[in-house]
Amino acid sequence: MDITWYLVLSALLFAIGAGGVLIRRSPLVILLCLELMLNAGNLALLAFARANGDQEGQIFALVVMVVAACEVVVGLGLIVAMFRRKLPLNVDDMRELRG
Amino acid sequence: MSAVDFGWLILAFPLAGSLIIAFGWRALPGRTAGVIGTTAIGLAFLCSVGAFVDLLDLPGEERQLVSSVYDYASAAGVDIQLNILVDPLSVLMCLVVSGVSTLIHLYSVAYMTSDEGFRRFFSYLNFFVFSMLLLILAGNFVLLTVGWAFVGFASYALISFWYRRGTATAAGMKAFVINVIGDVGLVLAAFLLFRELGTFNYLEVFEGAPEAFSPDDGTVIAICLLLCVGAFAKSAQLPLHTWLPDAMEGPTPVSALIHAATMVTAGVYLIARAHPLFELAPTAADIAAFVGVATLLFAATVALVVTDLKRIIAYSTMSQIGYMIAAVSIGAYSAGLFHLMTHAFFKALLFMAAGSVIAAMAGRQNIDGMSGFRRAMPFTSLVLIIGCLALAGFPGMSGFFSKDEIIGVAFERGGMYAWMGVAMYAAAFLTAFYSFRIGFRVVAGKPCEEAKELEEGHLAHGEHENPATGEREDTDVGFPGSEHHIAEREWPMKIPMGILAFLSVLGGAVQIPGVDAAIEHFLEGSFEDSALFHLVPSTENAWLGLGAGGLISILGIGLAYYCYVLRPGVTVRLAERLSGVHTFLINKWYFDELYDLLIYRPLIGIGRFANSVVERVLVNGLVSATVGVVRGVGGMVRGAQSGFIRAYALLLITGFAALGLYFLVVSA
Repeated sequence: MDITWYLVLSALLFAIGAGGVLIRRSPLVILLCLELMLNAGNLALLAFARANGDQEGQIFALVVMVVAACEVVVGLGLIVAMFRRKLPLNVDDMRELRG
Repeated sequence: MSAVDFGWLILAFPLAGSLIIAFGWRALPGRTAGVIGTTAIGLAFLCSVGAFVDLLDLPGEERQLVSSVYDYASAAGVDIQLNILVDPLSVLMCLVVSGVSTLIHLYSVAYMTSDEGFRRFFSYLNFFVFSMLLLILAGNFVLLTVGWAFVGFASYALISFWYRRGTATAAGMKAFVINVIGDVGLVLAAFLLFRELGTFNYLEVFEGAPEAFSPDDGTVIAICLLLCVGAFAKSAQLPLHTWLPDAMEGPTPVSALIHAATMVTAGVYLIARAHPLFELAPTAADIAAFVGVATLLFAATVALVVTDLKRIIAYSTMSQIGYMIAAVSIGAYSAGLFHLMTHAFFKALLFMAAGSVIAAMAGRQNIDGMSGFRRAMPFTSLVLIIGCLALAGFPGMSGFFSKDEIIGVAFERGGMYAWMGVAMYAAAFLTAFYSFRIGFRVVAGKPCEEAKELEEGHLAHGEHENPATGEREDTDVGFPGSEHHIAEREWPMKIPMGILAFLSVLGGAVQIPGVDAAIEHFLEGSFEDSALFHLVPSTENAWLGLGAGGLISILGIGLAYYCYVLRPGVTVRLAERLSGVHTFLINKWYFDELYDLLIYRPLIGIGRFANSVVERVLVNGLVSATVGVVRGVGGMVRGAQSGFIRAYALLLITGFAALGLYFLVVSA
């Protein structure tokens, strides 16, 4: 089975996600773009699993989903907290880590 | 009760008194603390008498009793017990210490009445007596060291008693530091003894010593010299004497009790106690005797020129202890302890009389301002003259017999010791002169302002000032409280002075050559193994010596009479003519300056060097260099920490992309 198109799609999705993370300022959108990158990875994993004919890639994709779910929980929690404190929802304004 | 039971009680009463006053001071109004303190010491004295009577009942060779209540440390070869040794030597010391202490406590009840620290004073004083008795009764070197250090602390606390007076706290520290030097010597001696003999107990040490050491063995000389360091520091002998004159910053009863009658004689006791060791190390004993004689002469010369009343007596104390140290070092044990006893009587008496005079002078201590107190203070004048006569060794007084017995033994041993005897006669002449320098200047002559006022019934009230520096002080800390107390008006001062004056006159009667030798007979139990103990001059020689001593004493008193009564002012002219000698003496042979130059300044210099070079440059440099490196590297990388999350993400993605590209290129 030819997985080229799957990988092309996966790379495209990953690039879109990465671009989103880099250029968008809203934390919510950044979180969405991160999800996009993760799912691009998942797609590649599934494609490779299919090509190899075993389940290891699929299992790994499941693990990635769990991690993604956790990440969303934390990320959304942070965003809600920021919103409640009436902090600007703009990652460029949060520069407290500046050395 | 047996003698050892009395021994434990002797220790218990002063300790109880000290604790009761220390913890119950709030509940003790007025003079109650003084009464409790005096009672405690009085009971200790009664117990000493009890122990004395019990010992007399025993045959001579059984008079060494050891009692132990508690094994402090008992393990593989170490056996340290809390034990006391009750023998004639310790009982004699207990009698002298507790007896004189009782009288001085009674004196202090009146003398310190208006002092803010009345109760603190008695707690300290009782603690001192406890420590001193512990030192005396200890049955091993460990407990001896404990008592030794305790009296050092008590002395420190009482010298610095008026703690807001800067000179007093400085004097206390000086005394403490020098005493600790002595403590170190004593501890090292105990360690050496333990290494060689495996025990700390007196009796076992003294029994084992003759077998373990050959005579004049290097080790035993080292042990004896280390013991001497302890003895010299405590007894203010050269070269560790500089603390004693400064210790006169303490209240006068303290000077009388600690720095004249009891604590400073601890060195004499130590050498007498360790006599089996000193007899095994004649070299060390000779060194100790030489130091004693040197101190004797040195202190007597300084006492000729010092003008502070208490400091004259302090130098006199050093000088008299020089006699005792020399005595116990040349084997004149009973003579040395006899002199210790009589000295305790007349020197305590002199200090008490001096305290009364100083009170009449409103706290001023310079004898240049004193004269003609004979009508204003007849009682004080009388006992002062008695004390001076006893100190000068006037025929018939207590000091006459005890001092000349020492000199007699020195001549009996002959050779080098005879020269020491000659030096002792020379010092006896100086002693007679300076003791009547005090006596005549205070008692004789035209009454000074204060004496005139007192004759009319007014006690002088001057501004309170520091006798050493002349600075103004408040009465919270200054000379005993806001009021002064003189013996003429206070019976608690009068009675002890009367008793001591009586003892100073008749105390010599216990040991008169050819008549009786009570002290020698009593002490036999402690010195039965001594080869030198029975070395006494024949009765004829002893009386010959007494005659010479009496003559010298009368000559010295006569010269003082000429200088201070017949021709007052002749000494001033002499001091002007011999200004070089006078300056040398009045600066106490420049010992303080010498130590300043040899010890203090180099130490301070090393300290400054350590501060400016080691600390500032080396240590600080190392630390700041480390800080600089960390800060520089941090400054370099801090630019990357912009705080832009998206920049971090870009870095991450670019990095991974570059990594991926690299692997692609490599694998292709």
